[in-house]
Amino acid sequence: MAPRDPVIVGVGLSDAPRAPHLDSIGHHVQAIQRALADAGLEKRAIDGYLCAGMESGAVEAVSMAEYLGIDHRYIDGTMTGGSSFEFHVQHAAAAIRDGLCDTVLVSYGSDFLSRRGRTLGTGGFRGLGKVTGADLYAAPYGLPIVGGYALVAQRHMHEFGTTSEQLAEIAVGVREFAGLNPNAMYRDPISVADVLASRVIADPLHMLDCCVVTDGGGAFLMTTAERARDLGKPGVRVLGAAGAQTHWNISQMPDYTTSAGATCIPEAFARAGVLPSDVDTIQFYDSFTITVLVLLEDAGFCKKGEGGAFVAQGHLRRGGRLPLNTDGGGLSACHSGMRGLFLIAEAVRQLRGEAGGAQVPDAKIALAVGSGGWLSCIGAVVLGRE
Amino acid sequence: MAMEVVRGRNWDRPQLAPGALDRAFFEAAARGELLYQRCPTCGHCQFYPRQLCTACGGDTAWATASGRGVVHTFTIVRQNGQAPFKNELPYAVAMVELDEGVRMMGNVTGCPVESVRIGMRVEAYSVECGEGLAVPFWRPSE
Repeated sequence: MAPRDPVIVGVGLSDAPRAPHLDSIGHHVQAIQRALADAGLEKRAIDGYLCAGMESGAVEAVSMAEYLGIDHRYIDGTMTGGSSFEFHVQHAAAAIRDGLCDTVLVSYGSDFLSRRGRTLGTGGFRGLGKVTGADLYAAPYGLPIVGGYALVAQRHMHEFGTTSEQLAEIAVGVREFAGLNPNAMYRDPISVADVLASRVIADPLHMLDCCVVTDGGGAFLMTTAERARDLGKPGVRVLGAAGAQTHWNISQMPDYTTSAGATCIPEAFARAGVLPSDVDTIQFYDSFTITVLVLLEDAGFCKKGEGGAFVAQGHLRRGGRLPLNTDGGGLSACHSGMRGLFLIAEAVRQLRGEAGGAQVPDAKIALAVGSGGWLSCIGAVVLGRE
Repeated sequence: MAMEVVRGRNWDRPQLAPGALDRAFFEAAARGELLYQRCPTCGHCQFYPRQLCTACGGDTAWATASGRGVVHTFTIVRQNGQAPFKNELPYAVAMVELDEGVRMMGNVTGCPVESVRIGMRVEAYSVECGEGLAVPFWRPSE
């Protein structure tokens, strides 16, 4: 390992899934304090700061840097939706390698459930303000966020014969992991039949194909391999990171069955020098079951169109060859609006061997893939045990 | 072929505030014309309208569509907390691929939602949404 290779040295999560005692900044702060304690780092060591959120103003990067008292040499408020934090890893890794900064903090916090309720996917998000720009050609038609992903699922079913049962298998496997996470929103086991019996929100997606809405925040710290050696816990190496965008609005998705992951996930693998078959666990953005299915295919774990058959074989389950979302995911554990940070946190927990009953035996390589917007901006990060 | 224009219906959907470029689209819809953009330099067709061609970066120009197309993908929305949509459940939202090649989002109306299918032929009509402006919608054709 080269002295300036980027390493994740600490992670922290704030109280979840319900935390009425915290506002969004409170989630940032609690997660940051826990990440610093986890890393054994002093706050004054931080000279790079990155964050993103769905609120504007006080929780933007420059405001947060002031609030936290971070005199940074490197700052980045890249906002690609839920995948922002995978892009942040990519950017922070390059900045650390290039010597723009030495120790980077990435943080996220959201009080979505306590402040705005469970309306994220079904209408309460955009409001009925003055409509301009690209929204002019969508707002009159009443497509909620769930509906945007339903357009993808419907086309995938049409082209490849993917079934609701196959999509449901993803939710069932993630729920099994949620049962092992005391902080998960829903922990009781579910079956494929339960998913299919849950009400349809937007055809063909059922309620249990959709992520939960929670409160929650997280933070992680990155530094050089050289500095990481002096810290308490083994670092987790950033082996490769890449990101890409095919569209932002769902109306502009060029191919409704393929995301930008088809280009950036192979690029992240190439940078890391690993193959899909080397991956021990995947932490994928599971806003909806279809999100995972498309990303699995785009990552090359199976061919385009074969995702349904692949998941039906049980590979993503606990004990399978590619365990998915071992913290219970957005589908069952925690989704406070932008889940990408939790993907990194869970990958680190696995690679440190700290995942308890959800531990993937001898996990050496983890792949985290965030999806922002409507399968719009995809960020892929390959992490490795030191 | 001109689109039918439905006038005098109460518009309770989001109020549109188009700028100069977008205004031309909604004014044309109120005249029964469905516009998209075609680049005079490279021929690239695009929608929604922009101030440049996304292929070659040059200026672009309006073209008039036939108003006919096919459902490329769709969903039936069964839950939406926002008025007026919550009062209209269930309803169909589709990406319609026009015969000219560009895609537009819209509601497919005039048929039971359960009958909407990928590959279904649809035609545009427009509904007045304000003084001199109208929004396109879709219904089965043939």
